[in-house]
Amino acid sequence: MFDLTGMTALVTGASGGIGSAIAQALAAQGARLAVSGSNADKLEGFRAGLGGEHVALRCDLSDAAAVDGLVPQAVEALGGRLDILVNNAGVTRDNLTMRMKDEEWDQVIRVNLEAAFRLIRAAAKPMMKQRFGRIVSVTSVVGATGNPGQANYAASKAGLVGMSKAVAQELASRGVTVNCVAPGFIRSAMTDALPDAQKQALSTRIPAGTLGEGSDVAAAVVYLASREAGYVTGQTLHVNGGMAML
Amino acid sequence: MSETADRVKKIVVEHLGVEADKVTEDASFIDDLGADSLDIVELVMAFEEEFGVEIPDDAAEKITTVKDAINYIDEHQG
Repeated sequence: MFDLTGMTALVTGASGGIGSAIAQALAAQGARLAVSGSNADKLEGFRAGLGGEHVALRCDLSDAAAVDGLVPQAVEALGGRLDILVNNAGVTRDNLTMRMKDEEWDQVIRVNLEAAFRLIRAAAKPMMKQRFGRIVSVTSVVGATGNPGQANYAASKAGLVGMSKAVAQELASRGVTVNCVAPGFIRSAMTDALPDAQKQALSTRIPAGTLGEGSDVAAAVVYLASREAGYVTGQTLHVNGGMAML
Repeated sequence: MSETADRVKKIVVEHLGVEADKVTEDASFIDDLGADSLDIVELVMAFEEEFGVEIPDDAAEKITTVKDAINYIDEHQG
């Protein structure tokens, strides 16, 4: 089950906490990868530990022209096929709505939502031709529940869900599925930086009693990327230890 | 009938799964051949590949009949 041998995948934000877990899990299932990230050093460091066949493509997802070029580059590097696109890259620029700067809003929407749109638009073509494709976007529990200080982030993540449902309807008849994975609180550099007291408080809101791991999210992505998930489209799979049941 | 017309019709028959005799030059992809908007996107991609032409989006939107496709390709094929 969930064997990805012979499949190719592009993963954005692959050097980050969740992204690297996703890339490792896809590679472990046999997929050949193109991994992209904005930080060349982090990307190189991450590559060293990544097994399987892969290529690294540096890309600044706030640069529209660079984003438009990413899928064609990946297709070429992967030998003419793209089976799986994982829109994982995301940024936060938290601020109270009343204090949120235009740039903070724009940057988050551009990287989290617009770049995903551009990549999906570009990937739809080869996937339609192949009559096979798996598009998985990493959204967030915050896209469904909201979170103070994250109007921009919550909007971008809810936007991914709505966009995925629209594209899912367009491409379903061509064997291309489009889904989202919505992590809750996942152990990462971001959550590690929180004070222990706050982590404790967070855990009390999670029925599972603990933060999730990147590998929990990665397993959900592997499932949605697999051949076996071909009848699942337009869905959001929540991976949050029960903290929000939607 | 031109060679372009033959090749265009062959692609249309293959992609839409329609009878060859229904693919007349006046046939509308959507009204007569049962295509939807996604089928047209795919047909345009197939024409681009077959004839080595690039059909930009604004031109593709004007291609609604078999004849439109043949004419566009004949005019733009290098």
